[in-house]
Amino acid sequence: MDEDKDFTPFKGRILREDSHAPRAPVRRHRLSTRLWHWINVLVLLVMAMSGLMIFNAHPRLYWGAYGANDDPAWLEFGAWTDAAGVNHGGITLLGHTFDTTGVFGLSRGADGAELALAFPGWMTLPSTYDLALARSWHLAFAWGLALGLAAYLLWSLVNGHIRRDLHITAAEWSPRSIARDVVDHLRFRFHDGAYGVLQKFAYAGVLFGLLPLMIASGLALSPGMDAAAPWLLDVLGGRQSARSLHFLGLCGIVLFVVVHLAMVLASGPVDQLRGMITGWRREGGRP
Amino acid sequence: MISRPTLSRRGLIAGGGLLLSGCDRIVRQPTIEGWVEGAAGLHQPAQRLLLGRDALAREFREAEMSPTFRSNGNTEGDAAWAAHAADGFARWSLRVDGLVKRPLDLPLTALKAMTQRRQITRHDCVEGWSAIGQWQGPQLGQVLAMAGLMSTARFVVFHCADKTDDVPYYESIDLIDAFHPQTILAWAMNGRELPLEHGAPVRLRVERQLGYKQAKYVMRIELRDTLAGLYGGKGGYWEDVAGYQWYGGI
Repeated sequence: MDEDKDFTPFKGRILREDSHAPRAPVRRHRLSTRLWHWINVLVLLVMAMSGLMIFNAHPRLYWGAYGANDDPAWLEFGAWTDAAGVNHGGITLLGHTFDTTGVFGLSRGADGAELALAFPGWMTLPSTYDLALARSWHLAFAWGLALGLAAYLLWSLVNGHIRRDLHITAAEWSPRSIARDVVDHLRFRFHDGAYGVLQKFAYAGVLFGLLPLMIASGLALSPGMDAAAPWLLDVLGGRQSARSLHFLGLCGIVLFVVVHLAMVLASGPVDQLRGMITGWRREGGRP
Repeated sequence: MISRPTLSRRGLIAGGGLLLSGCDRIVRQPTIEGWVEGAAGLHQPAQRLLLGRDALAREFREAEMSPTFRSNGNTEGDAAWAAHAADGFARWSLRVDGLVKRPLDLPLTALKAMTQRRQITRHDCVEGWSAIGQWQGPQLGQVLAMAGLMSTARFVVFHCADKTDDVPYYESIDLIDAFHPQTILAWAMNGRELPLEHGAPVRLRVERQLGYKQAKYVMRIELRDTLAGLYGGKGGYWEDVAGYQWYGGI
C-alpha cells in the first residue's frame, strides 16, 4: 500500500512529554480506519440506544435455553412503591437490589411524569416506548456493524494493519512490558507513534472479541437463525444465555468507549480528533 | 494550553434535551422510518437464503422444558368462543376456506384423528423471553392438502377468536412456512388438551418465527393471494397495531 510509507516506524518509545515544540505532521490513520471509526460511532450509538429500548420490553436476564417471568433472573430492572407510597426504581443483580430511582427502573418522561422503564428515554431510541421501531433500527444498522467489521478486518489483513499495528509481539506479552505500559498510563505518558501494549489489548479485544460476540449473540436471538445454524446456541449456551452475553457485550463496549474517550481527552483531544478526521497528526505535538 | 470554556450542568442538560428531541425527530421522520423498516425486505430474503425451506427448529427433551410456560397476549376469546369453551369445543369446527378447491369444516375430533406430530420446541417472544413446551397436532400442510390450494393462493391467514378493544387477532404466514414439517395446528400442550389461556381449542405453531406469529384461538384458516385489504393490510394484528415485522424469523 502506498499509504504505508507515510507511517512512522516504531523507533523506541516516543512520549508526548519528550517534545514540546510542534513538529512536522505525520500520517496517523489510514482512510479505512478513519472511515470505519466514524461509521462505527453512528452504528454503535444507534445499536446501543435501540438495543436498550428492546431490553426495556423484558428487562430480565437469564442463563440457559429458556427464561421468562417465572424463572430466576440474574439481572432484573424493576419499579416498586414503598410503604410511604413513594415510587422507586432499581436493579436486582444476583439477588442484591440497588435503588436507582430517577435513572434505571423509574425515570421521568419529557412531560415530567414517572415512567417505569428499565432504561430512561434519554438513553433509548426512540425515546418513548416502541419495541417495533427500535427493532427496525437495530436490525437495519446491524448490517452496517456486521458488514463494516467484515470489510474492515479483511482490508486490515490485506493492507497489513493487523500484522503491523495490532499484532502483539512476544516481547510485548512479557509482564515487564505490560507493567511498564500500565505505569506510563498512570503517569499520563502516552505513545504517539505505534500503539502501546494496553492499547493493542483493548483494540484487539474489541475487534476480535467483543464485536464478533455481539454479532454472534445477536444472530442467536433470531429463531430463524437458530434453525439455520443450531451450533450458534451450542457455543453460546442457549438463547437466554446468548441474550445475557449480548447485554454483557454491550457493557464491555460501553466500558471500551468510556476508556477510549478518556484516553483521547488525556492525550490531546484536538490533535487526536484531527488525526482521526484528516489522517494527519502533529508528531508529538500538542493541540 | 488553550483554555476550554466550562460547560455548565444546566447547559449540558439543555443540550441533551435538544439532542434528544432532534434525535426523535430524525427517528420518526417518515422517509427515514420507511427506509429503516424497508430494511426488513433485506432481512427476510437473506435469512431465507441461509435457512432454506426445511431447516428444523431445535427440538428439546422433556427434561429441558420450562417448569411453567407463561401465557401471553389475550387469555380468552370472544363470547362465541366462550360458549364453545363451555361445552369443551364439542360443537366447534375449524373452517378452512378462501382460495381452496374444497372448503372444510373440521371438528376437533377430525384434527385429533389425523396423523399427529409432537414436538418440544422453544417459544421466543419478541420482547425477549423464551419458554420451552411440548405441542401436538396435525401438520398444517396436511390440512391444506385436504382442502386443495388454488394456484393463486400465496398466504395462509389465521382468524382468531380473541379481540383487543374489539379488534380481532389474526396472523398470516407464507406457503414456505405453512408447509414446513414443524408447522402444526396444536390442540395439545405439555401432554394435555391445550389450556384455555394458551389458545384452546387450537393454536398455530410456526416454530422458526417469534411468539406473535403463533396465533391462538384459531377459528378459521383463509387462503389468500394478498394481505392487502384485510384489516390494516399488514398481515397481522401486531403488524397493523404496533408495526411489528410481518416476517417474524428475526
